[in-house]
Amino acid sequence: MIVEIGHFALILALFVAVLQTVMPLVGAHKRWSGWMAMAEPAALAQAALLTISFMALTYAFVVSDFSVRIVTLNSHTLKPMLYKVSGVWGNHEGSMLLWCLIIAVFGALVALFGSNLPDGLKARVLGVQASIGVAFLAFLIFTSNPFLRLEFPPLNGQDLNPLLQDPGLAFHPPFLYLGYVGLSTSFSFAVAALIEGRVDAAWGRWVRPWTLLAWLMLTIGIALGSWWAYYELGWGGFWFWDPVENASFMPWLISAALLHSAIVVEKREALKAWTILLAILAFGFSLIGAFIVRSGVLTSVHAFANDPERGVYLLGITGFFMGGALMLYAARAGSMQAKGVFGTVSRESALVLNNVLLAVATFVVFIGTIWPLLAEMAFDRKVSVGPPFFDATFTPFMILLALALPLGTVMPWKRAKLGRVLRPLWVVFLLAFSVAALIWVVQTERSLLAPMGAFLGAWLILGAGLDLWLKTGTDVRAKLGRAWRLPRSDWGRVVAHSGLGVTIIGISLMLAWETEDIRVAQVGDTFTVADHEITLAAVDDVEGPNYFSTMAELRVSKNEREVAVLYPEKRVYPVAAMPTTEAAIDNGVFRDIYLVIGDEQPGGGWAVRSYFKPFANWIWAGAIIMSLGGLLSLTDRRFRVAAGARKTPAGVPAE
Amino acid sequence: MILRALAFLVMMAGAAWAVEPGEMLEDPVLEDRARALSKELRCLVCRNESIDESNAELARDLRVLVRERIAGGDTDDEAMAFIVDRYGEYVLLNPPVTGSNVILWVAGPVLLLAALGISGVYIRRRRDDDAPEALTSGEEARLAELLDD
Repeated sequence: MIVEIGHFALILALFVAVLQTVMPLVGAHKRWSGWMAMAEPAALAQAALLTISFMALTYAFVVSDFSVRIVTLNSHTLKPMLYKVSGVWGNHEGSMLLWCLIIAVFGALVALFGSNLPDGLKARVLGVQASIGVAFLAFLIFTSNPFLRLEFPPLNGQDLNPLLQDPGLAFHPPFLYLGYVGLSTSFSFAVAALIEGRVDAAWGRWVRPWTLLAWLMLTIGIALGSWWAYYELGWGGFWFWDPVENASFMPWLISAALLHSAIVVEKREALKAWTILLAILAFGFSLIGAFIVRSGVLTSVHAFANDPERGVYLLGITGFFMGGALMLYAARAGSMQAKGVFGTVSRESALVLNNVLLAVATFVVFIGTIWPLLAEMAFDRKVSVGPPFFDATFTPFMILLALALPLGTVMPWKRAKLGRVLRPLWVVFLLAFSVAALIWVVQTERSLLAPMGAFLGAWLILGAGLDLWLKTGTDVRAKLGRAWRLPRSDWGRVVAHSGLGVTIIGISLMLAWETEDIRVAQVGDTFTVADHEITLAAVDDVEGPNYFSTMAELRVSKNEREVAVLYPEKRVYPVAAMPTTEAAIDNGVFRDIYLVIGDEQPGGGWAVRSYFKPFANWIWAGAIIMSLGGLLSLTDRRFRVAAGARKTPAGVPAE
Repeated sequence: MILRALAFLVMMAGAAWAVEPGEMLEDPVLEDRARALSKELRCLVCRNESIDESNAELARDLRVLVRERIAGGDTDDEAMAFIVDRYGEYVLLNPPVTGSNVILWVAGPVLLLAALGISGVYIRRRRDDDAPEALTSGEEARLAELLDD
């Protein structure tokens, strides 16, 4: 019964979405305020209906209702409750429902918090947002209905992929979807502005919080996924340049560019057409991502519900929204007149450089991701494009970006004197350089990776510090108070940029300094890795709730003092018939000790892998700091306060 | 009990994990070279994993093959050429800069130059632009008010 209510609510939501598309768009065009006013209640109703639908599906998973097809395929009575719930989005149909729910929730948020938007713009934004909802709801209902019943329900389910039974991965998809779908709101704002033919500073201010929210969620989602890969896959890799990872990384890069260009629109009324284009492309990359992940057109390690037929439909959705928006863009972008005038050396120019680097870096990731497909179609050549390509071609962009970033942040708007801007930066440069030099002297490896990474990281973090220092005036005693009163968006910038520095330090130091040891050890053996003695104390068989485990006890000590006792496992999930490795990690600020137990060897003893990964946690700490920066910026008062909305004279013509 | 036996079977079946101690070469210098090459070779039966990371049987065979070639005195290039001869260009995770792949490799740098050129022109135009303000003074004041808020 509850499942049928969910099913019914889902279908009803499609009808509401159709209404929410047609009436506000027509109403805004004809200036019928009644029709325009439909947008808000429709957006709220659609979100409410999809919430009911989603909760009904969650209920089916929680009570293990195996008459529902996807519950049978993806759940099991013995599964812990957390993974029963996360199983709802651990499959294609359920995750698509979550996707639709988030589209509707973002629409409802625009309706709720958009009281400062002009009526016409708001109606159009909600209309466009709902049209995206229509496309995906139709896709969901007609090709991947999550509520289909089975005629003969089995006694138990087929279990969720054990790799997905993990807290890190349980929450990875919802954050990613919030990010992907959040960009649909920026897209809706862009298309609505194109329809109106008007982009001004206020538009830049309205579109920014939505982009910021999407970017923030993407940051968290990507970091969770990478952290999961690090501890779950058994050798501590954190990024593989896999098509599916790239699918989430491209929207992240583009939305980062969009965040920055929207600032120029807001503050200086320039870069308007470019910002609109970015908003369209950012969502375009989200759609392409959905297509890559769900169509199976590119081989990826994340085998996720691949189905060519669904792929065709998704490609159609992508083609429709991108084609439509870009055609509209071609027709209307010319009318976006830039107003702000600025010098060659200015904050504006720096932000243009930021955008150039981020956009071209996205393009490099994009062409690398689809090249195997292109090469096969166009040149009949089967090639692989893997990490060596991306490392070589993507990294230079990030280095340039990191080098330029502190310069940009201390640059004033409109016009700057290069000499004056550079003067305080010299101190930062020298400090960062000494950090790098110190690292070069200390390290035993003769590679430039660690000193380079440390230099860039220090340059970014100290540069952010300088940014803060300069923003708080010349009076040293008043600095603390002024820092406290700085707008949150200033704090957001400082925090997010230093987070990037922390991540760069983490990646480069870990890659440069990690130690790996693979050996056969007998129980009782002690061996030395990176100045630590590791003893294989015991190997036992243990039984978990829905798996069997071989658990090793490894004691790690340094200079006769015990550092950690770790219990790596090898698990087998009998229902899914799948083995997994559970690495045991001793987390530290400056290093992780990462131990993995392998197979019992024919000649006795066990395969043991030990890794020392310096600064590993800085990678994700940096991501958390970046998203904190985003959050600070999001709470800036100028996004919350309806900027003089009440004083708006009635009936401003939208041209 | 049946589950236990089943679990054991599964364990035996999936018993190959990435780089096993038994496969490794005695000489650490040679082993390092083999590891570096393994990271550039794709596991053909897996989905986008290098043979260094993969647990598949075929990946294991390729790892052993790489080590045999290196231990037999091949240079890195010779060992790679040997494997590409047998398994095709598809095994290379780093696409070689030949033929149509040139497009892939130069696309980024070319686009960067183009983008820098275009944005340079744009910035120059913004600087020289002294077109009259399009807003009326009333709108301008209103805008200033909005921005100050």
